[in-house]
Amino acid sequence: MSATTLPQAATPPLGLPRLGTLLETAAAWLLALVWVAPLLYALWAAIHPTGYATRFELFAPLTFANFAAAWDAAPFGRYFLNTFVLVTMVLVAQFVLCTLAAFAFARAAFWGSGVLFGLVLVQLMIMPDILLVENYRTMRALGLVDTILSIGLPYMASAFGIFLLRQTFKQVPRELEEAARVEGCGTLGILLRVYVPLAKPTYLAYGLTSVSYHWNNFLWPLVITNSVETRPLTVGLSVFASTDQGIDWGIISAATLMTSAPLLLGFLLFQRQFVQSFMRAGIK
Amino acid sequence: MGGLAGNRRLMPSRTTLHAWLMLTPALVLLIGFTHYPAVATLWHSFFSTPRANRPARFIGAENYLALAEDPVFWQALWNNLIYAGATIPLSIGLSLAMAMWVNGKLRGRTALRIAYFTPTVLPMIAVANLWLFFYTPDYGLLDQVTRALFGWGPTNWIGQRETALGAMIVIAVWKEAGFFMIFYLAALQAIPPNLYEAASIEGASRARVFFRVTLPLLGPTTLFIAVNAVINGFRLVDHIIVMTRGGPDNATALLLTMIYDLGFRFWDTATAAALTVVLLLILALTAALQFIFAAKRVHYR
Repeated sequence: MSATTLPQAATPPLGLPRLGTLLETAAAWLLALVWVAPLLYALWAAIHPTGYATRFELFAPLTFANFAAAWDAAPFGRYFLNTFVLVTMVLVAQFVLCTLAAFAFARAAFWGSGVLFGLVLVQLMIMPDILLVENYRTMRALGLVDTILSIGLPYMASAFGIFLLRQTFKQVPRELEEAARVEGCGTLGILLRVYVPLAKPTYLAYGLTSVSYHWNNFLWPLVITNSVETRPLTVGLSVFASTDQGIDWGIISAATLMTSAPLLLGFLLFQRQFVQSFMRAGIK
Repeated sequence: MGGLAGNRRLMPSRTTLHAWLMLTPALVLLIGFTHYPAVATLWHSFFSTPRANRPARFIGAENYLALAEDPVFWQALWNNLIYAGATIPLSIGLSLAMAMWVNGKLRGRTALRIAYFTPTVLPMIAVANLWLFFYTPDYGLLDQVTRALFGWGPTNWIGQRETALGAMIVIAVWKEAGFFMIFYLAALQAIPPNLYEAASIEGASRARVFFRVTLPLLGPTTLFIAVNAVINGFRLVDHIIVMTRGGPDNATALLLTMIYDLGFRFWDTATAAALTVVLLLILALTAALQFIFAAKRVHYR
């Protein structure tokens, strides 16, 4: 079993727990090593000439040719742009839609709100990913097949976002709202000046989750897009890896790292804030 | 302005109107892309697939009967139960261990946290490429390590029936555990330290503290994580579609990969609809179980 932190735990009576701690540290590090191994392995293959992809020599020559070759072999610039547009569009729409809905659920006691909220929560279990066939039919009827809008549309009203923001809004003291109302704020003004600023950690945590989800989403974009102008990075990468390259691992690894790099770097730079925003958002 | 708002209602007279105005945009999209397609799937599952010169016609339960007679369906269902049954406990257990380690006093906690969490931010499709390389027979890192440690010969990890599904499960656990760890970490840090102090004054052993103090307090978090793990057990199939396409010989076919194959490779939308209904039923059933469990054990505010 794993360790719990015992604050100022006195020195263990026997040598046994100390050995336990040592073993645990070793296990923790071994697991960490296993966890980063595939990534490090790809990094190795990407920055060395093809011949060294599976040979580990400390002084193997370094090269960036694999990245250049990958970038030239497929329209990755366009894919990056598509993904950027997609992620931004979804995030803005989710913030607006979920904020409005969450506020209504948190503060307006109206007839049927409980049932409606239950209907919203259905989406937590039945996500759009599973309803591919029917949503494709809808998009075709709307004439939206192979557009960036169609990739994002099913996700814009997010039950997860509505749920999280509603929980946060419910914790805002009503006195603050009444004070704002006395000062002449309307309902929308109260929402924007009182509730939204107080929910910043929730927006950050939810925003990060949303960005990484949609940056990484694959199956629905694969189904609904079929041209370079609309394909996000993930679909572009799969097309690239399956058709263009045979098995040049150096180039595929380079392309793989390239597409993951923005999120990876963002996470490494802001990992402390990232984790803390989750904690402060009280997602637990 | 509502005059005496009091404690009962804050947005008095125009409340309902305002609330509906705020809810409408989200509700329209939710209904359009979740509720409507769920109902439409059920409806379409009773019709034949429309073809160019032959519109869909009502055929009753024929699509379901066709599924029931299809060995691939039973294989995919069984595979999916194994896949979910393995990934759910493994990812939850590992994420709890990770959270404990990262929250404890181990050396290099930050590095550990980064290592554990990194797979979470990688696209599943990139993950598939990394692991394809990792699993490559003979040259891949896994074969190099097993050769050095145990003297094993080359193994086609994802190309043979015996190991393919297991290889996919490992990837899913690897991808998920770090994400769940964050939620456990947040919950662990919210546990008041004086509870541990009280336990240590009473001389409780570490195992006892874990089972009597820590684990019960993590109840709501575990439920939240379990819900996500269950959904992922049926939804997380990107790597399978790229790496094995359900093969070899349907050894890694899951319900969602089969829906994708039926709907978008064979364009048999009617059978795909029937299969989607089966998946929806499974999810509804687990949701109901979790709801009952939650009502009994965990108190959300």
